[in-house]
Amino acid sequence: MTFSDSLELLSFHWVAYTIYSMLIISVIAWFGYNLTREKKAEPMIRIPFYGFVGFLVVAGVGHHMFTYNSVPWVAQDINRHHVTPDKIFHITAEKHVFTLPDEKMVINCGDQVMFDVVSNDLVYGFGLFRQDNTMVMQMQVNPGSKNDILWTFNRNGVYNLMSTEYSGPRGNSMNIKNAVEVRGCNEKIGLTGGMK
Amino acid sequence: MSFISDLINGADNKFDHTSLNALQKVTLRAVVMAFLFYGLAALEGMIMRAAAVVPNIPPIHGQPEHYFSIMTVHPIVGIFGSTYQLVFAAFLFLVPYLTKKPLYSVKLANAVWLLITIGTATAWIAAFVWNYAPLYTLYWPLPADTTQFKTIGGIVFIVGVALIMLGTFGFIYNIYATIFARVGVHQNKTMKELLISGFGIDGVLNLWYRLMGRAPYTKEPALSLPVVAIFRGTVDTFLDALIILGAGILVLVYLVAELGGTHLDVAAVDALLYKNWFWWGLDLVADGLVLIYVAGSWYLLATLITGQKLFMENVARAALMLELLVSWMVWSHHLLADQAQPEMMKLISGEMVTAFELLTQGLALFITLVTLWKARPLKMTNELKYLLGGLIGFGLAVPAGIIQADMAMNRVLHNTQWIIGAHVHVAIIVGLYMTLYSAVYVLWPLVTNNAKLWSQKLANAHFWLHLIGGIGMGAFMGMAGLEGMLRRHMYFGGEFDSYMILAGIFGGMLLLAWVIFLFNIIMSVGLKGLVGIFLPSHHKEASYGIEPISQNS
Repeated sequence: MTFSDSLELLSFHWVAYTIYSMLIISVIAWFGYNLTREKKAEPMIRIPFYGFVGFLVVAGVGHHMFTYNSVPWVAQDINRHHVTPDKIFHITAEKHVFTLPDEKMVINCGDQVMFDVVSNDLVYGFGLFRQDNTMVMQMQVNPGSKNDILWTFNRNGVYNLMSTEYSGPRGNSMNIKNAVEVRGCNEKIGLTGGMK
Repeated sequence: MSFISDLINGADNKFDHTSLNALQKVTLRAVVMAFLFYGLAALEGMIMRAAAVVPNIPPIHGQPEHYFSIMTVHPIVGIFGSTYQLVFAAFLFLVPYLTKKPLYSVKLANAVWLLITIGTATAWIAAFVWNYAPLYTLYWPLPADTTQFKTIGGIVFIVGVALIMLGTFGFIYNIYATIFARVGVHQNKTMKELLISGFGIDGVLNLWYRLMGRAPYTKEPALSLPVVAIFRGTVDTFLDALIILGAGILVLVYLVAELGGTHLDVAAVDALLYKNWFWWGLDLVADGLVLIYVAGSWYLLATLITGQKLFMENVARAALMLELLVSWMVWSHHLLADQAQPEMMKLISGEMVTAFELLTQGLALFITLVTLWKARPLKMTNELKYLLGGLIGFGLAVPAGIIQADMAMNRVLHNTQWIIGAHVHVAIIVGLYMTLYSAVYVLWPLVTNNAKLWSQKLANAHFWLHLIGGIGMGAFMGMAGLEGMLRRHMYFGGEFDSYMILAGIFGGMLLLAWVIFLFNIIMSVGLKGLVGIFLPSHHKEASYGIEPISQNS
């Protein structure tokens, strides 16, 4: 199982967390109901204590192993300094304004591109959003630190840039419409994406 | 009794403030202030929720500086003004009650609620009058940015927060001075015995000795389990107060210099290093003292409700010890989107150690449920149903946070409404507050000398409105976050109207629940009783066991 972009991952997450929420509410409601009954309730399943502890450990650690193996941007992010990007875009943030490269940021489908963002004053955020406002990705932009992210786009689209970190009331206007364009994906491939 | 009579004298004239001792009065004073601040925080939340749909709504008028001023004080009022006060009040009452020892100082306890109240009000005024709005995160160098904020506003805000922290230190001193006092049941205990018990080490040793086939390290721990949780949680409260106060002093140095005409270079402080330092401290609230205090409260409530011993008490003690280590090592989950943060810190602190919170909180939930289960059948009292509500709250909120403490998920969820809705608000409003309401109902007869609750129907209405409102609001905020809505951004184009309207409806239920609760309490104690709480007590006792050796109240 591999998620090609945030839409797929968040849809999966939405379903999984909703099911979990229903389950935990139901379990505690079941407890609440049976706590007050004279008649002894028989649990549907008996969970041994150390089985429960094991489940918690596996769930906590397994969650990260699952995403590491199914979400491509984790390994890409960790290994980004050993990769030669297809393109590098240098961006500056200062006085609540993003300064983009002179050339429009046009990306070929499947290319690995590096966004290298420098802040000259405050902490900002660097986030790319689809036209329907859903988030593609983001990072924090700290002054005095290296803020770079390597990303592979698997769908055609025109994306908006927005600061995802609060930098004072003036930072609320840090939006640039249509800042990034991705071309060349074969959309007919569907959810697996990433194909030129 | 007539409505007017109840309103003035309390339900059936059963609340007599002149019968309250000094400990009861100081507890109730802080509780009253805590619930007033809760109402203010709820109102602020609703204003922001409304502005997310109609940005021009007064008092925001479409101005981000007004919106973010409210957002800055909302957690100050909600966390410090309300929950800190409520928790401190409960523990300053419970430690003497559970140890049968006198509270170290009632005067200090009075100073605590006064300092926190005045400090919260001062910080609020800084935001209201001067629109000082660096948010609670205080990311450097924003709080010292005098191009966006008035210097005087920043100074007043920091003074307010400093007063809150001074009050917090007062609470800490009072708690430890009471616990370590060698009187009553602890007359013959050594400091070492009290420390070993306070850190939960005796629980670990008991488990270890059992594994080795030896007799238990101790059959009668020096401190009861709820006191251990208070002891342990207060360690994090102390460290957190130190860090926040330190940050305040740093900001104050820059602002006072600015006021004196000297512009200090903000780049002298590394923003990422500051973030690490600040989040280490701030996270001791969310992932330290809250979880530990809550676990201890669950254990206490479960034993008081059932009248039985706690299930697997040694494991519970050991889990509190584990939580100590976990809470000090998880701050990096707030920095998973910071690219210069070392990957190993993200992996170990941000992901792996953080995942242990699932274990510690899961154990607390398990132990509480089994303790209740073994005592069946139970009556569905107010305290029991609120306790179950609290379990639901953390059952929902802890995994919601753990899910985001992951390098894959954080990339698309950091700073969105997911974390503040599905995790933070559900944890605080449903998990923490329902636990605290349970404690309020448990302590009610003890603190009020058996005052009568005016209406059980209103108590039921409060319960359901609060539970459904809290979960519903958190759920729709969370869904907006999954759709890309940021938590610290003011939207003007109606991008997330449908989610915000739904969240607002459920938020309205929360506000209504608070009005109902407050009304029920006022009708129970009466306006005379409410005023009487703030009058001096004729009974200077601060103990439920032995009398103080030298009363310093």
